[in-house]
Amino acid sequence: MHNFAYARAQDAAQAVAAQREHGARFIAGGTEMLNWMRLGIAQPTHLVDLGGVPGLDAIAVEGDRLTIGALATLAQVGEHPLVQAHAGVLAQACLKAASPQIRHRATLGGNVLQKTRCPYFRAEAPLPWPCNKRQPGTGCAAREGLNETHAILGWTDACVATQPSDPAVALACLEAQAEVLGLHGRRLVPMDAFHCTPEEAGREAAGEAQDERQRREAQQEHRLDPAEIILAYHLPLVPDRRWAYVKVRERESYEYALVSAAAAAVMADGRIRGLRLALGSVAQKAWRLPAVEQALQGRRAVQEEVLPVIEQALAAAARPLAHNAYKVPLAARAAARAVVTAGGGA
Amino acid sequence: MLPREKTTRTELPMPLEMSRREFISTASAAGVAGVSTPLQQPAGPLDFAERRRVALAVNGQALELEVESRVSLLDLLRESLSLTGAKKGCNEGACGACTVLVDGRRMNSCLTLAVQCHGRRIVTAEGLSRPGEALHPVQQAFIDHDAFQCGYCTPGQVVSAVGCIAEGHARDEAQVREWMSGNLCRCSAYPQITAAVLDAAGRMPGRG
Repeated sequence: MHNFAYARAQDAAQAVAAQREHGARFIAGGTEMLNWMRLGIAQPTHLVDLGGVPGLDAIAVEGDRLTIGALATLAQVGEHPLVQAHAGVLAQACLKAASPQIRHRATLGGNVLQKTRCPYFRAEAPLPWPCNKRQPGTGCAAREGLNETHAILGWTDACVATQPSDPAVALACLEAQAEVLGLHGRRLVPMDAFHCTPEEAGREAAGEAQDERQRREAQQEHRLDPAEIILAYHLPLVPDRRWAYVKVRERESYEYALVSAAAAAVMADGRIRGLRLALGSVAQKAWRLPAVEQALQGRRAVQEEVLPVIEQALAAAARPLAHNAYKVPLAARAAARAVVTAGGGA
Repeated sequence: MLPREKTTRTELPMPLEMSRREFISTASAAGVAGVSTPLQQPAGPLDFAERRRVALAVNGQALELEVESRVSLLDLLRESLSLTGAKKGCNEGACGACTVLVDGRRMNSCLTLAVQCHGRRIVTAEGLSRPGEALHPVQQAFIDHDAFQCGYCTPGQVVSAVGCIAEGHARDEAQVREWMSGNLCRCSAYPQITAAVLDAAGRMPGRG
C-alpha cells in the first residue's frame, strides 16, 4: 500500500473542502478503502478520516421520519430499538451483512458506497485480464467468463457487475433519502435512485465523447460527486408496516448474497394494502419492482397469489448471462418469500 | 511493509476495561446529539501528514508512537509491538484471525488503520490474562473443549468469543454459530469452538 497524507476532519464541510483542494478521498470505518488501496482500486494521495466528526452517528425519530446518521455502524443500526421498531427490514439487512467484527467498524454511510464483489474486478493491480471498471476500454472479463454471481438486469457488454450492499436494498425498499453535503451545499438523493446500472450510466452519458461515455458506463456506480459526503438517511415513518429481508447465499452466515429481497407491507383484512419490494444482487443497484407492488395490491400475501405475479415480471425483464439463469427463479422465490413473510402468511 | 516509528512506553493511567453498562451509556449519550445539526462554519483547513503521533493503550499499557498513515493496526501490533497473537490470515477482512478489541468491541485489525486508533484502548489475545495467573475463562474453555487443531485462528477466535459473550450473543448454539461466523477455522473445529464459547459464557454470569 502506498503511503498517503492523512487528516482527521472535525466537520464534514472541512472534508468537502479538502476534496476540492487535494482530491482527497474519504474514510470512515475503512473496511472498503483499506482493501481498495491494497488492490490498487484506489490510490489516494490524501485521505480524510470522517470517523471523529461529532453527531454524525445519531439515530433519532424527528417528526414523521427516522433519521440515521451516516457514521452509525452496521452493528449500531441493526441493534437500535428505533430502527427495529420503524425500519425492521433495515435492521435485518444490517445484521445479515458481513461479520460481527466488520459490523463494528463499517458505517451505514460507507456501506452503500462499497464496490462490486466481481472477482475479475477485485484483484491486485496490474490485472491479468480486462476490466472496464478498473481500466476503461479494456473489456469485461466476466461478460464471457465466469459470471454466475453477476447481474441479470441493467448490465451492458461493458460491465455485468452487481452492487452487493444488503442495507442498500432495505433503504430502497423503505424509500429512504440520503442527505448529502457537497460543494454546493446539501441535497437529498432517493435511495432507489442512488445507484445506477451500466445501462443507465451509458444512456445518461450518451452526449459525451466516446472515452467519457465508455468510462462512465463501466465506472459510474452512484450519483454522488467526488466531493459529496453522506451525512444521514431519512426514512418516512409508515404506521403498521411489517417487513422481511430474505438473503440467499452459499453459506448460512458471513457471505454475500446470490440474491436478496426486501419487502415492506401494510396489511388490512388479510390483504395487501401497500407494498414496497426491492431485489438485491441482481443488478448494480437495488431493483425495485413497482409493477409487482401495484399488481399485488388487494391480494392475499400467500405464495399461490404472490409468486406467479413476481415470476411473470422477472421473466419479462431479466437478461441472464451464460452462468446465472438460476438467479431468475431464485430472485422470484426470494421476493415471494419476503412478501409472504412480511404479510404474515404461511 | 514495515512500520517505521519511534515508540515511547509510559504507564499513564488509561482505563483498560469499560464495563458493558458504561460502554452502552457512553454510546447512547453520544448518540443523542442532533442528527441534523446545522452545519457550523468549517473548522479551517485540515492538517494533513504522512506520519502522525498516535497515543493508544495496548493491553493496559499506554503507548505513544509516531506511525506512517498507511500502517494497519495489525501491522503495528505485530511488527512494532511484537504482539503476534493477532494473525495476518487474509489481510482483507475475510477470516477474522486478526480480531482484537477496540474500546471493548471486536474488530478486524487488518481493516483498521493505526492512525484511526488514536485515544483507543486495544486488547489482544496477549492481554486477556497475565503469565503465571489464571487464564481468561474463554482461554480455559478452549483448552477444556479441545477447540483447535493447528491453533492459527485460535487467538482471533478467543478474542472474538470474549466480544461475543460481552455483547450477549452467546445464549445458545445457533446464536454462537451465527455471531462467531466472522472467524473461520480451516481445521473446522467449529463444534468444539461452539461448545467452548457456550461453556465460557456460562462461567461468566450475566454476560452470556
